[in-house]
Amino acid sequence: MSATAIAYMVGSMVVIWGSLIAALVFLRKRPERAEYPPEGENFQED
Amino acid sequence: MATKQTSSRGEWTSQIGFIFAAIGSAVGLGNIWRFPGVAYENGGGAFLIPYIVALFTTGIPFLFFDYAVGHRFRGSSPLALRRAAGKPGEMLGWLHVVICLVIAVYYTVVVAWTASYFVFSFNLSWNNAKNPTTFFTGKYLQLSEEPLTFEFVPHILLPLIAFWLIALIIVSAGVTKGLQRSNTVFIPLLMVSFVALIIGAVSLPGAAEGLNAFFTPNFEALKDPGTWISAYGQIFFSLSIAFGIMVTYSSYRKRKSNMTGPGLVVAFANSSFELLAGIGVFSALGFFATQQGTTIDQLHGLSGVSLAFMTFPAVVSQMPIAPVFGVLFFGSLLIAGLTSLISIIEVVVSGFVDKFNFSRRKTVWVLGLILMGFSILFFATTSGLYVLDTVDKFTNEVAIVMCAIVMCVLLLLVRRRGYELSQHMTLLSTFPLGRTWRFFVTFVSPVVIAVMFVQVTVNLIQEGYSGYQDWFVGIFGWGTLALMLVVAIVFTVMPWKRDPERFVAWPPIQPRACAKTREAAVHTGESEQTEEAK
Repeated sequence: MSATAIAYMVGSMVVIWGSLIAALVFLRKRPERAEYPPEGENFQED
Repeated sequence: MATKQTSSRGEWTSQIGFIFAAIGSAVGLGNIWRFPGVAYENGGGAFLIPYIVALFTTGIPFLFFDYAVGHRFRGSSPLALRRAAGKPGEMLGWLHVVICLVIAVYYTVVVAWTASYFVFSFNLSWNNAKNPTTFFTGKYLQLSEEPLTFEFVPHILLPLIAFWLIALIIVSAGVTKGLQRSNTVFIPLLMVSFVALIIGAVSLPGAAEGLNAFFTPNFEALKDPGTWISAYGQIFFSLSIAFGIMVTYSSYRKRKSNMTGPGLVVAFANSSFELLAGIGVFSALGFFATQQGTTIDQLHGLSGVSLAFMTFPAVVSQMPIAPVFGVLFFGSLLIAGLTSLISIIEVVVSGFVDKFNFSRRKTVWVLGLILMGFSILFFATTSGLYVLDTVDKFTNEVAIVMCAIVMCVLLLLVRRRGYELSQHMTLLSTFPLGRTWRFFVTFVSPVVIAVMFVQVTVNLIQEGYSGYQDWFVGIFGWGTLALMLVVAIVFTVMPWKRDPERFVAWPPIQPRACAKTREAAVHTGESEQTEEAK
Protein backbone atom coordinates (compact mmCIF):
# COMPACT_ATOMS: atom_id res chain seq x y z
CA MET A 1 0.00 0.00 0.00
CA SER A 2 1.23 3.51 -0.75
CA ALA A 3 1.80 5.98 2.07
CA THR A 4 -1.05 8.17 0.79
CA ALA A 5 -3.49 5.24 0.76
CA ILE A 6 -2.45 4.29 4.29
CA ALA A 7 -2.89 7.89 5.43
CA TYR A 8 -6.41 7.99 3.95
CA MET A 9 -7.30 4.63 5.46
CA VAL A 10 -6.10 5.64 8.91
CA GLY A 11 -7.70 9.09 8.57
CA SER A 12 -11.12 7.72 7.68
CA MET A 13 -10.92 5.12 10.46
CA VAL A 14 -10.04 7.82 12.98
CA VAL A 15 -12.86 10.14 11.86
CA ILE A 16 -15.65 7.56 11.41
CA TRP A 17 -14.81 4.92 14.00
CA GLY A 18 -13.50 7.61 16.34
CA SER A 19 -16.84 9.42 16.06
CA LEU A 20 -18.66 6.19 16.90
CA ILE A 21 -16.50 5.67 19.97
CA ALA A 22 -17.00 9.30 20.99
CA ALA A 23 -20.78 8.95 20.54
CA LEU A 24 -20.79 5.76 22.65
CA VAL A 25 -18.70 7.37 25.40
CA PHE A 26 -20.95 10.44 25.36
CA LEU A 27 -24.07 8.28 25.62
CA ARG A 28 -22.57 6.17 28.39
CA LYS A 29 -21.69 9.28 30.36
CA ARG A 30 -25.08 10.89 29.87
CA PRO A 31 -27.61 8.22 28.93
CA GLU A 32 -30.56 10.46 29.82
CA ARG A 33 -31.13 14.03 30.90
CA ALA A 34 -30.90 14.56 34.64
CA GLU A 35 -34.16 16.54 34.57
CA TYR A 36 -37.10 16.62 32.21
CA PRO A 37 -39.64 19.42 31.77
CA PRO A 38 -42.61 19.23 34.17
CA GLU A 39 -45.26 16.72 33.09
CA GLY A 40 -48.20 19.11 33.26
CA GLU A 41 -51.86 18.18 32.96
CA ASN A 42 -51.85 16.70 29.53
CA PHE A 43 -48.95 14.37 29.96
CA GLN A 44 -49.70 10.82 28.97
CA GLU A 45 -47.70 7.91 27.66
CA ASP A 46 -49.69 6.94 24.62
CA MET B 1 -53.07 16.48 38.89
CA ALA B 2 -51.55 14.93 35.84
CA THR B 3 -53.30 11.79 34.76
CA LYS B 4 -50.79 9.21 33.76
CA GLN B 5 -51.90 6.60 31.32
CA THR B 6 -50.11 3.48 30.35
CA SER B 7 -48.92 3.06 26.81
CA SER B 8 -51.39 1.66 24.30
CA ARG B 9 -48.83 1.72 21.49
CA GLY B 10 -45.85 -0.51 21.16
CA GLU B 11 -42.77 0.61 23.03
CA TRP B 12 -39.03 -0.03 23.16
CA THR B 13 -38.34 -1.16 26.69
CA SER B 14 -34.77 0.09 26.70
CA GLN B 15 -32.54 2.60 24.99
CA ILE B 16 -30.25 -0.13 23.75
CA GLY B 17 -33.27 -1.94 22.27
CA PHE B 18 -34.06 1.15 20.22
CA ILE B 19 -30.42 1.58 19.18
CA PHE B 20 -30.15 -2.02 17.99
CA ALA B 21 -33.41 -1.79 16.06
CA ALA B 22 -32.43 1.52 14.46
CA ILE B 23 -29.01 0.15 13.50
CA GLY B 24 -30.74 -2.97 12.18
CA SER B 25 -32.86 -0.81 9.95
CA ALA B 26 -30.08 1.51 8.80
CA VAL B 27 -27.51 -1.20 8.14
CA GLY B 28 -28.88 -3.01 5.13
CA LEU B 29 -27.76 -4.50 1.87
CA GLY B 30 -26.69 -1.05 0.60
CA ASN B 31 -24.01 -0.72 3.27
CA ILE B 32 -22.35 -3.92 2.18
CA TRP B 33 -22.80 -3.91 -1.56
CA ARG B 34 -23.26 -0.26 -2.48
CA PHE B 35 -20.80 1.82 -0.45
CA PRO B 36 -17.53 0.07 -1.48
CA GLY B 37 -18.26 0.37 -5.21
CA VAL B 38 -19.58 3.94 -5.00
CA ALA B 39 -16.53 5.07 -3.01
CA TYR B 40 -14.11 3.35 -5.39
CA GLU B 41 -15.72 4.85 -8.49
CA ASN B 42 -15.85 8.36 -7.02
CA GLY B 43 -12.32 9.16 -6.06
CA GLY B 44 -11.41 6.33 -3.65
CA GLY B 45 -9.91 7.83 -0.50
CA ALA B 46 -10.86 11.32 -1.64
CA PHE B 47 -14.54 10.25 -1.68
CA LEU B 48 -14.43 10.08 2.09
CA ILE B 49 -14.22 13.88 2.23
CA PRO B 50 -17.61 14.57 0.53
CA TYR B 51 -18.98 11.48 2.31
CA ILE B 52 -18.16 12.86 5.75
CA VAL B 53 -19.37 16.35 4.75
CA ALA B 54 -22.65 14.77 3.58
CA LEU B 55 -22.98 12.81 6.81
CA PHE B 56 -22.70 15.95 8.93
CA THR B 57 -24.70 18.32 6.74
CA THR B 58 -27.57 16.09 5.63
CA GLY B 59 -27.40 12.54 7.02
CA ILE B 60 -27.41 13.26 10.73
CA PRO B 61 -29.61 16.40 10.50
CA PHE B 62 -32.26 14.51 8.50
CA LEU B 63 -32.08 11.53 10.84
CA PHE B 64 -32.81 13.88 13.74
CA PHE B 65 -35.62 15.47 11.71
CA ASP B 66 -37.29 12.06 11.33
CA TYR B 67 -36.72 11.31 15.02
CA ALA B 68 -38.16 14.65 16.09
CA VAL B 69 -41.33 14.28 14.00
CA GLY B 70 -41.99 10.70 15.16
CA HIS B 71 -41.20 11.37 18.78
CA ARG B 72 -43.04 14.67 19.17
CA PHE B 73 -46.14 13.70 17.22
CA ARG B 74 -46.17 10.09 18.40
CA GLY B 75 -47.44 8.06 15.53
CA SER B 76 -46.84 6.16 12.36
CA SER B 77 -45.92 8.36 9.41
CA PRO B 78 -49.52 9.23 8.40
CA LEU B 79 -50.55 9.98 12.00
CA ALA B 80 -47.44 11.91 13.06
CA LEU B 81 -47.36 13.95 9.86
CA ARG B 82 -51.11 14.61 10.06
CA ARG B 83 -50.54 16.10 13.49
CA ALA B 84 -47.51 18.04 12.30
CA ALA B 85 -48.84 19.36 8.99
CA GLY B 86 -52.54 18.53 8.51
CA LYS B 87 -53.92 16.67 5.51
CA PRO B 88 -50.98 17.37 3.18
CA GLY B 89 -48.77 15.92 5.91
CA GLU B 90 -50.96 12.84 6.17
CA MET B 91 -50.70 12.31 2.44
CA LEU B 92 -46.92 12.46 2.68
CA GLY B 93 -47.18 9.89 5.48
CA TRP B 94 -49.22 7.58 3.28
CA LEU B 95 -46.65 7.98 0.54
CA HIS B 96 -44.08 6.72 3.06
CA VAL B 97 -46.32 3.75 3.78
CA VAL B 98 -46.87 2.97 0.11
CA ILE B 99 -43.14 3.30 -0.63
CA CYS B 100 -42.41 0.79 2.15
CA LEU B 101 -45.15 -1.45 0.85
CA VAL B 102 -43.51 -1.52 -2.59
CA ILE B 103 -40.00 -1.92 -1.20
CA ALA B 104 -41.12 -4.82 1.03
CA VAL B 105 -42.48 -6.59 -2.03
CA TYR B 106 -39.13 -6.65 -3.83
CA TYR B 107 -36.68 -6.45 -0.92
CA THR B 108 -37.89 -9.82 0.35
CA VAL B 109 -36.88 -11.32 -2.99
CA VAL B 110 -33.29 -10.14 -2.55
CA VAL B 111 -33.32 -11.51 1.00
CA ALA B 112 -34.56 -14.82 -0.47
CA TRP B 113 -31.72 -14.88 -3.05
CA THR B 114 -29.27 -14.19 -0.23
CA ALA B 115 -30.72 -17.06 1.79
CA SER B 116 -30.25 -19.39 -1.20
CA TYR B 117 -26.65 -18.26 -1.58
CA PHE B 118 -26.07 -18.73 2.13
CA VAL B 119 -27.01 -22.38 1.61
CA PHE B 120 -25.04 -22.61 -1.66
CA SER B 121 -21.94 -21.43 0.22
CA PHE B 122 -21.65 -24.73 2.11
CA ASN B 123 -20.74 -26.65 -1.05
CA LEU B 124 -20.00 -23.72 -3.40
CA SER B 125 -22.90 -24.70 -5.69
CA TRP B 126 -22.09 -21.84 -8.08
CA ASN B 127 -19.09 -23.83 -9.28
CA ASN B 128 -21.58 -26.15 -11.02
CA ALA B 129 -21.86 -23.74 -13.93
CA LYS B 130 -19.38 -22.23 -16.39
CA ASN B 131 -18.85 -19.34 -13.97
CA PRO B 132 -20.74 -17.75 -11.05
CA THR B 133 -22.36 -15.18 -13.35
CA THR B 134 -23.95 -17.79 -15.61
CA PHE B 135 -24.91 -19.74 -12.48
CA PHE B 136 -26.76 -16.71 -11.10
CA THR B 137 -28.50 -15.53 -14.25
CA GLY B 138 -28.91 -18.93 -15.90
CA LYS B 139 -29.28 -21.73 -13.37
CA TYR B 140 -30.55 -19.73 -10.40
CA LEU B 141 -32.69 -16.88 -11.76
CA GLN B 142 -33.34 -18.62 -15.10
CA LEU B 143 -33.42 -15.11 -16.51
CA SER B 144 -35.61 -14.85 -19.59
CA GLU B 145 -35.01 -12.82 -22.73
CA GLU B 146 -38.49 -11.34 -22.33
CA PRO B 147 -38.73 -8.39 -19.91
CA LEU B 148 -41.98 -9.68 -18.41
CA THR B 149 -43.00 -13.30 -17.91
CA PHE B 150 -45.12 -15.10 -15.37
CA GLU B 151 -43.05 -18.27 -15.39
CA PHE B 152 -42.25 -19.08 -11.81
CA VAL B 153 -38.91 -20.35 -10.58
CA PRO B 154 -39.69 -22.90 -7.85
CA HIS B 155 -36.38 -22.67 -6.02
CA ILE B 156 -36.84 -18.91 -5.58
CA LEU B 157 -40.44 -19.35 -4.52
CA LEU B 158 -39.51 -21.48 -1.53
CA PRO B 159 -37.06 -19.12 0.27
CA LEU B 160 -39.26 -16.19 -0.73
CA ILE B 161 -42.28 -17.62 1.07
CA ALA B 162 -40.10 -18.71 4.00
CA PHE B 163 -38.64 -15.24 4.51
CA TRP B 164 -42.00 -13.53 4.15
CA LEU B 165 -43.29 -15.77 6.91
CA ILE B 166 -40.23 -15.18 9.13
CA ALA B 167 -40.52 -11.39 8.70
CA LEU B 168 -44.29 -11.45 9.34
CA ILE B 169 -43.91 -13.59 12.46
CA ILE B 170 -41.35 -11.11 13.86
CA VAL B 171 -43.49 -8.04 13.06
CA SER B 172 -46.70 -9.63 14.34
CA ALA B 173 -45.01 -10.32 17.70
CA GLY B 174 -44.95 -6.55 18.25
CA VAL B 175 -42.42 -3.86 19.00
CA THR B 176 -40.95 -5.32 22.18
CA LYS B 177 -41.23 -9.03 21.59
CA GLY B 178 -40.74 -8.95 17.85
CA LEU B 179 -38.64 -6.05 16.62
CA GLN B 180 -36.62 -5.36 19.74
CA ARG B 181 -35.98 -8.97 20.69
CA SER B 182 -34.97 -10.06 17.17
CA ASN B 183 -32.66 -7.07 16.65
CA THR B 184 -31.05 -7.61 20.04
CA VAL B 185 -30.00 -11.04 18.79
CA PHE B 186 -29.34 -10.21 15.14
CA ILE B 187 -27.24 -7.05 15.46
CA PRO B 188 -24.57 -8.49 17.79
CA LEU B 189 -24.55 -11.60 15.58
CA LEU B 190 -24.08 -9.42 12.50
CA MET B 191 -21.22 -7.55 14.15
CA VAL B 192 -19.41 -10.74 15.13
CA SER B 193 -19.83 -12.46 11.77
CA PHE B 194 -18.92 -9.35 9.79
CA VAL B 195 -15.82 -8.60 11.85
CA ALA B 196 -14.73 -12.25 11.44
CA LEU B 197 -15.23 -11.89 7.69
CA ILE B 198 -13.18 -8.69 7.55
CA ILE B 199 -10.33 -10.14 9.61
CA GLY B 200 -10.26 -13.11 7.23
CA ALA B 201 -10.39 -10.87 4.17
CA VAL B 202 -7.56 -8.52 5.17
CA SER B 203 -5.35 -11.54 5.94
CA LEU B 204 -5.57 -12.79 2.35
CA PRO B 205 -2.60 -12.39 0.01
CA GLY B 206 -3.18 -9.39 -2.25
CA ALA B 207 -5.54 -7.69 0.22
CA ALA B 208 -3.16 -4.73 0.44
CA GLU B 209 -3.49 -4.20 -3.31
CA GLY B 210 -7.25 -3.97 -2.92
CA LEU B 211 -7.00 -1.54 -0.04
CA ASN B 212 -4.52 0.51 -2.02
CA ALA B 213 -7.01 0.79 -4.89
CA PHE B 214 -9.83 1.63 -2.47
CA PHE B 215 -8.06 4.29 -0.43
CA THR B 216 -5.74 5.97 -2.95
CA PRO B 217 -7.32 9.39 -3.38
CA ASN B 218 -8.14 10.84 -6.74
CA PHE B 219 -8.53 14.53 -6.02
CA GLU B 220 -9.67 15.31 -9.54
CA ALA B 221 -12.92 13.51 -8.65
CA LEU B 222 -13.67 16.17 -6.02
CA LYS B 223 -14.00 18.78 -8.78
CA ASP B 224 -16.77 16.72 -10.36
CA PRO B 225 -20.22 17.62 -8.94
CA GLY B 226 -21.22 14.01 -9.67
CA THR B 227 -18.89 12.84 -6.88
CA TRP B 228 -20.62 15.11 -4.37
CA ILE B 229 -24.06 13.99 -5.53
CA SER B 230 -22.95 10.37 -5.13
CA ALA B 231 -21.72 11.08 -1.60
CA TYR B 232 -24.99 12.74 -0.60
CA GLY B 233 -26.89 9.92 -2.31
CA GLN B 234 -24.94 7.24 -0.44
CA ILE B 235 -25.49 8.91 2.94
CA PHE B 236 -29.15 9.55 2.15
CA PHE B 237 -29.97 6.00 1.04
CA SER B 238 -27.92 4.19 3.62
CA LEU B 239 -29.36 5.84 6.73
CA SER B 240 -33.00 4.71 6.15
CA ILE B 241 -34.19 8.29 6.32
CA ALA B 242 -37.14 10.12 4.77
CA PHE B 243 -39.49 7.23 4.15
CA GLY B 244 -41.13 6.70 7.48
CA ILE B 245 -38.99 4.10 9.22
CA MET B 246 -37.28 6.43 11.65
CA VAL B 247 -40.50 8.39 12.23
CA THR B 248 -42.25 5.14 13.17
CA TYR B 249 -39.38 3.77 15.27
CA SER B 250 -38.95 6.96 17.28
CA SER B 251 -42.68 7.13 17.96
CA TYR B 252 -42.23 3.94 19.99
CA ARG B 253 -39.86 5.65 22.40
CA LYS B 254 -41.24 6.88 25.72
CA ARG B 255 -41.94 10.59 25.86
CA LYS B 256 -39.11 11.16 28.28
CA SER B 257 -36.36 9.79 26.10
CA ASN B 258 -32.94 10.93 25.00
CA MET B 259 -33.20 11.02 21.21
CA THR B 260 -30.06 12.68 19.89
CA GLY B 261 -27.50 10.76 21.99
CA PRO B 262 -28.60 7.37 20.63
CA GLY B 263 -29.12 8.99 17.20
CA LEU B 264 -25.43 9.86 16.97
CA VAL B 265 -24.53 6.28 17.86
CA VAL B 266 -26.86 4.96 15.14
CA ALA B 267 -25.54 7.34 12.47
CA PHE B 268 -21.87 6.65 13.20
CA ALA B 269 -22.48 2.91 13.58
CA ASN B 270 -24.03 2.92 10.12
CA SER B 271 -21.04 4.70 8.59
CA SER B 272 -18.59 2.57 10.60
CA PHE B 273 -20.21 -0.51 9.16
CA GLU B 274 -19.92 0.90 5.65
CA LEU B 275 -16.23 1.64 6.09
CA LEU B 276 -15.74 -1.89 7.39
CA ALA B 277 -17.58 -3.24 4.34
CA GLY B 278 -15.34 -1.19 2.05
CA ILE B 279 -12.22 -2.61 3.70
CA GLY B 280 -13.58 -6.18 3.55
CA VAL B 281 -14.87 -6.07 0.00
CA PHE B 282 -11.75 -4.44 -1.44
CA SER B 283 -9.40 -6.76 0.47
CA ALA B 284 -11.27 -9.68 -1.09
CA LEU B 285 -11.21 -8.06 -4.54
CA GLY B 286 -7.47 -7.38 -4.19
CA PHE B 287 -6.94 -11.04 -3.39
CA PHE B 288 -9.06 -12.06 -6.36
CA ALA B 289 -7.24 -9.73 -8.78
CA THR B 290 -3.89 -11.11 -7.57
CA GLN B 291 -5.09 -14.69 -8.10
CA GLN B 292 -6.26 -13.79 -11.62
CA GLY B 293 -3.03 -11.98 -12.40
CA THR B 294 -4.88 -8.74 -13.04
CA THR B 295 -5.62 -5.44 -11.29
CA ILE B 296 -8.72 -4.11 -9.56
CA ASP B 297 -9.46 -1.62 -12.33
CA GLN B 298 -9.87 -4.52 -14.75
CA LEU B 299 -12.57 -6.17 -12.61
CA HIS B 300 -16.28 -5.68 -13.34
CA GLY B 301 -19.38 -5.86 -11.20
CA LEU B 302 -18.10 -4.02 -8.15
CA SER B 303 -21.43 -3.01 -6.65
CA GLY B 304 -25.03 -4.05 -6.10
CA VAL B 305 -26.54 -7.35 -7.20
CA SER B 306 -23.60 -8.12 -9.49
CA LEU B 307 -21.06 -7.68 -6.67
CA ALA B 308 -22.97 -9.95 -4.28
CA PHE B 309 -24.17 -12.68 -6.60
CA MET B 310 -21.70 -12.69 -9.50
CA THR B 311 -18.34 -11.26 -8.43
CA PHE B 312 -18.26 -12.32 -4.80
CA PRO B 313 -19.03 -16.02 -5.39
CA ALA B 314 -16.13 -16.07 -7.88
CA VAL B 315 -13.90 -14.44 -5.25
CA VAL B 316 -15.03 -16.87 -2.54
CA SER B 317 -14.27 -19.89 -4.75
CA GLN B 318 -10.62 -18.85 -4.91
CA MET B 319 -10.28 -18.45 -1.16
CA PRO B 320 -8.80 -20.88 1.32
CA ILE B 321 -11.61 -22.35 3.49
CA ALA B 322 -14.00 -20.95 0.87
CA PRO B 323 -17.26 -22.20 2.45
CA VAL B 324 -16.49 -20.32 5.68
CA PHE B 325 -16.02 -17.05 3.80
CA GLY B 326 -19.17 -17.70 1.77
CA VAL B 327 -21.25 -18.48 4.85
CA LEU B 328 -19.96 -15.41 6.71
CA PHE B 329 -20.54 -13.09 3.74
CA PHE B 330 -24.01 -14.29 2.80
CA GLY B 331 -24.94 -14.79 6.46
CA SER B 332 -24.05 -11.14 7.18
CA LEU B 333 -25.92 -9.99 4.10
CA LEU B 334 -28.93 -12.06 5.15
CA ILE B 335 -29.07 -10.60 8.67
CA ALA B 336 -28.54 -7.06 7.39
CA GLY B 337 -31.35 -7.59 4.86
CA LEU B 338 -33.79 -9.21 7.27
CA THR B 339 -33.44 -6.54 9.98
CA SER B 340 -34.05 -3.84 7.38
CA LEU B 341 -37.00 -5.75 5.91
CA ILE B 342 -38.83 -5.95 9.23
CA SER B 343 -38.44 -2.20 9.72
CA ILE B 344 -39.93 -1.60 6.28
CA ILE B 345 -42.92 -3.84 7.02
CA GLU B 346 -43.39 -2.13 10.40
CA VAL B 347 -43.97 1.24 8.68
CA VAL B 348 -46.81 -0.30 6.67
CA VAL B 349 -48.38 -2.10 9.61
CA SER B 350 -48.25 0.86 11.99
CA GLY B 351 -49.83 3.12 9.35
CA PHE B 352 -52.86 0.85 9.01
CA VAL B 353 -53.14 0.14 12.73
CA ASP B 354 -53.13 3.85 13.58
CA LYS B 355 -55.68 4.93 10.97
CA PHE B 356 -58.12 2.04 10.89
CA ASN B 357 -57.66 0.75 14.42
CA PHE B 358 -57.08 -2.80 13.15
CA SER B 359 -55.32 -5.21 15.44
CA ARG B 360 -51.61 -5.61 14.76
CA ARG B 361 -51.84 -9.35 14.17
CA LYS B 362 -54.73 -9.06 11.73
CA THR B 363 -53.00 -6.25 9.82
CA VAL B 364 -49.73 -8.13 9.61
CA TRP B 365 -51.22 -11.34 8.30
CA VAL B 366 -53.86 -9.95 5.93
CA LEU B 367 -51.61 -7.27 4.46
CA GLY B 368 -48.52 -9.44 4.61
CA LEU B 369 -50.05 -12.29 2.70
CA ILE B 370 -51.37 -9.92 0.01
CA LEU B 371 -47.91 -8.39 -0.37
CA MET B 372 -46.38 -11.85 -0.48
CA GLY B 373 -48.72 -12.58 -3.38
CA PHE B 374 -47.39 -9.57 -5.32
CA SER B 375 -43.86 -10.58 -4.45
CA ILE B 376 -44.42 -14.01 -5.96
CA LEU B 377 -46.33 -12.74 -8.98
CA PHE B 378 -43.73 -10.22 -10.16
CA PHE B 379 -40.43 -11.27 -8.65
CA ALA B 380 -40.31 -15.06 -8.28
CA THR B 381 -40.43 -15.30 -12.05
CA THR B 382 -37.82 -15.57 -14.78
CA SER B 383 -38.15 -11.80 -15.36
CA GLY B 384 -38.03 -10.87 -11.66
CA LEU B 385 -34.62 -9.19 -11.88
CA TYR B 386 -35.73 -6.74 -14.58
CA VAL B 387 -38.87 -5.69 -12.69
CA LEU B 388 -36.92 -5.42 -9.44
CA ASP B 389 -34.20 -3.29 -10.99
CA THR B 390 -36.72 -0.85 -12.47
CA VAL B 391 -39.08 -0.60 -9.50
CA ASP B 392 -36.11 -0.16 -7.15
CA LYS B 393 -34.62 2.65 -9.22
CA PHE B 394 -37.85 4.65 -9.36
CA THR B 395 -38.88 4.01 -5.76
CA ASN B 396 -35.52 4.90 -4.25
CA GLU B 397 -34.19 7.59 -6.47
CA VAL B 398 -37.43 9.35 -7.42
CA ALA B 399 -40.14 8.61 -4.83
CA ILE B 400 -38.08 8.70 -1.62
CA VAL B 401 -36.05 11.67 -2.78
CA MET B 402 -39.25 13.56 -3.65
CA CYS B 403 -40.74 12.73 -0.23
CA ALA B 404 -37.63 14.12 1.47
CA ILE B 405 -37.94 17.44 -0.35
CA VAL B 406 -41.67 17.69 0.36
CA MET B 407 -41.11 16.90 4.04
CA CYS B 408 -38.55 19.70 4.41
CA VAL B 409 -40.63 22.24 2.50
CA LEU B 410 -43.97 21.34 4.10
CA LEU B 411 -42.87 21.07 7.72
CA LEU B 412 -40.07 23.59 7.88
CA LEU B 413 -40.85 26.27 5.32
CA VAL B 414 -44.66 26.15 5.14
CA ARG B 415 -45.62 25.02 8.65
CA ARG B 416 -42.49 26.43 10.26
CA ARG B 417 -42.03 23.58 12.70
CA GLY B 418 -38.23 23.88 12.79
CA TYR B 419 -37.96 25.76 16.06
CA GLU B 420 -40.50 23.52 17.79
CA LEU B 421 -38.75 20.36 16.64
CA SER B 422 -35.28 21.53 17.60
CA GLN B 423 -36.55 22.63 21.01
CA HIS B 424 -38.32 19.30 21.46
CA MET B 425 -35.10 17.41 20.89
CA THR B 426 -33.08 19.81 23.02
CA LEU B 427 -35.43 19.68 26.01
CA LEU B 428 -35.42 15.89 26.08
CA SER B 429 -31.99 14.92 24.79
CA THR B 430 -28.39 15.21 25.87
CA PHE B 431 -27.11 16.63 22.57
CA PRO B 432 -28.88 19.94 21.85
CA LEU B 433 -30.14 21.02 18.44
CA GLY B 434 -30.29 24.67 17.53
CA ARG B 435 -29.74 27.10 14.72
CA THR B 436 -27.10 25.02 12.94
CA TRP B 437 -29.35 21.99 12.78
CA ARG B 438 -32.25 24.08 11.50
CA PHE B 439 -30.07 25.59 8.82
CA PHE B 440 -28.89 22.20 7.55
CA VAL B 441 -32.30 20.61 7.57
CA THR B 442 -34.26 23.61 6.27
CA PHE B 443 -31.93 24.83 3.55
CA VAL B 444 -28.92 22.60 2.86
CA SER B 445 -30.71 19.22 2.82
CA PRO B 446 -33.62 20.15 0.51
CA VAL B 447 -31.27 21.90 -1.91
CA VAL B 448 -28.82 19.03 -2.27
CA ILE B 449 -31.62 16.50 -2.35
CA ALA B 450 -33.40 18.55 -5.02
CA VAL B 451 -30.22 18.53 -7.12
CA MET B 452 -30.16 14.72 -6.86
CA PHE B 453 -33.84 14.58 -7.78
CA VAL B 454 -33.52 16.80 -10.84
CA GLN B 455 -30.44 15.00 -12.10
CA VAL B 456 -32.01 11.53 -11.85
CA THR B 457 -35.45 12.52 -13.12
CA VAL B 458 -34.19 14.46 -16.12
CA ASN B 459 -31.94 11.56 -17.00
CA LEU B 460 -34.80 9.06 -16.72
CA ILE B 461 -37.05 11.23 -18.89
CA GLN B 462 -34.41 11.79 -21.55
CA GLU B 463 -32.63 8.46 -21.62
CA GLY B 464 -35.13 5.98 -20.18
CA TYR B 465 -33.67 3.42 -17.82
CA SER B 466 -30.91 0.92 -18.41
CA GLY B 467 -31.93 0.12 -21.98
CA TYR B 468 -35.35 -1.28 -21.03
CA GLN B 469 -38.16 -0.76 -23.51
CA ASP B 470 -40.31 2.34 -23.02
CA TRP B 471 -43.52 0.44 -22.24
CA PHE B 472 -41.70 -1.53 -19.55
CA VAL B 473 -40.26 1.56 -17.87
CA GLY B 474 -43.66 3.22 -18.32
CA ILE B 475 -45.44 0.48 -16.40
CA PHE B 476 -42.94 -0.51 -13.74
CA GLY B 477 -41.17 2.84 -13.33
CA TRP B 478 -43.49 5.77 -13.94
CA GLY B 479 -46.54 3.54 -13.46
CA THR B 480 -45.36 2.51 -10.00
CA LEU B 481 -44.93 6.17 -9.07
CA ALA B 482 -48.42 7.06 -10.35
CA LEU B 483 -49.94 4.12 -8.49
CA MET B 484 -48.19 5.15 -5.28
CA LEU B 485 -49.62 8.63 -5.55
CA VAL B 486 -53.17 7.39 -6.21
CA VAL B 487 -53.06 4.89 -3.33
CA ALA B 488 -51.68 7.55 -0.97
CA ILE B 489 -54.51 9.92 -1.93
CA VAL B 490 -57.14 7.19 -1.41
CA PHE B 491 -55.88 6.32 2.07
CA THR B 492 -55.68 10.00 3.01
CA VAL B 493 -59.29 10.58 1.98
CA MET B 494 -60.61 7.56 3.91
CA PRO B 495 -62.03 8.42 7.35
CA TRP B 496 -60.08 7.89 10.59
CA LYS B 497 -61.42 5.54 13.23
CA ARG B 498 -60.37 8.11 15.84
CA ASP B 499 -59.64 11.79 15.68
CA PRO B 500 -55.94 12.05 14.81
CA GLU B 501 -55.72 15.64 15.92
CA ARG B 502 -57.05 15.07 19.44
CA PHE B 503 -53.57 15.14 20.75
CA VAL B 504 -51.40 17.41 22.84
CA ALA B 505 -47.71 17.46 22.12
CA TRP B 506 -45.36 17.31 25.10
CA PRO B 507 -43.37 19.19 26.27
CA PRO B 508 -45.22 22.43 25.51
CA ILE B 509 -43.09 24.74 23.38
CA GLN B 510 -43.92 28.36 22.76
CA PRO B 511 -43.80 29.29 19.10
CA ARG B 512 -40.93 31.62 18.40
CA ALA B 513 -43.04 34.48 17.04
CA CYS B 514 -40.98 37.32 18.46
CA ALA B 515 -38.37 38.04 21.06
CA LYS B 516 -41.10 38.80 23.58
CA THR B 517 -42.49 35.30 23.31
CA ARG B 518 -39.03 33.94 23.78
CA GLU B 519 -38.62 35.96 26.92
CA ALA B 520 -41.97 34.73 28.19
CA ALA B 521 -40.88 31.17 27.56
CA VAL B 522 -37.84 31.72 29.77
CA HIS B 523 -40.05 32.99 32.58
CA THR B 524 -42.41 30.03 32.30
CA GLY B 525 -39.56 27.61 32.66
CA GLU B 526 -38.87 26.82 29.01
CA SER B 527 -35.21 26.05 28.95
CA GLU B 528 -33.52 28.73 27.00
CA GLN B 529 -30.08 27.84 28.14
CA THR B 530 -30.07 24.89 25.82
CA GLU B 531 -31.46 26.67 22.78
CA GLU B 532 -28.87 27.63 20.23
CA ALA B 533 -26.35 25.66 22.22
CA LYS B 534 -25.28 24.02 19.01
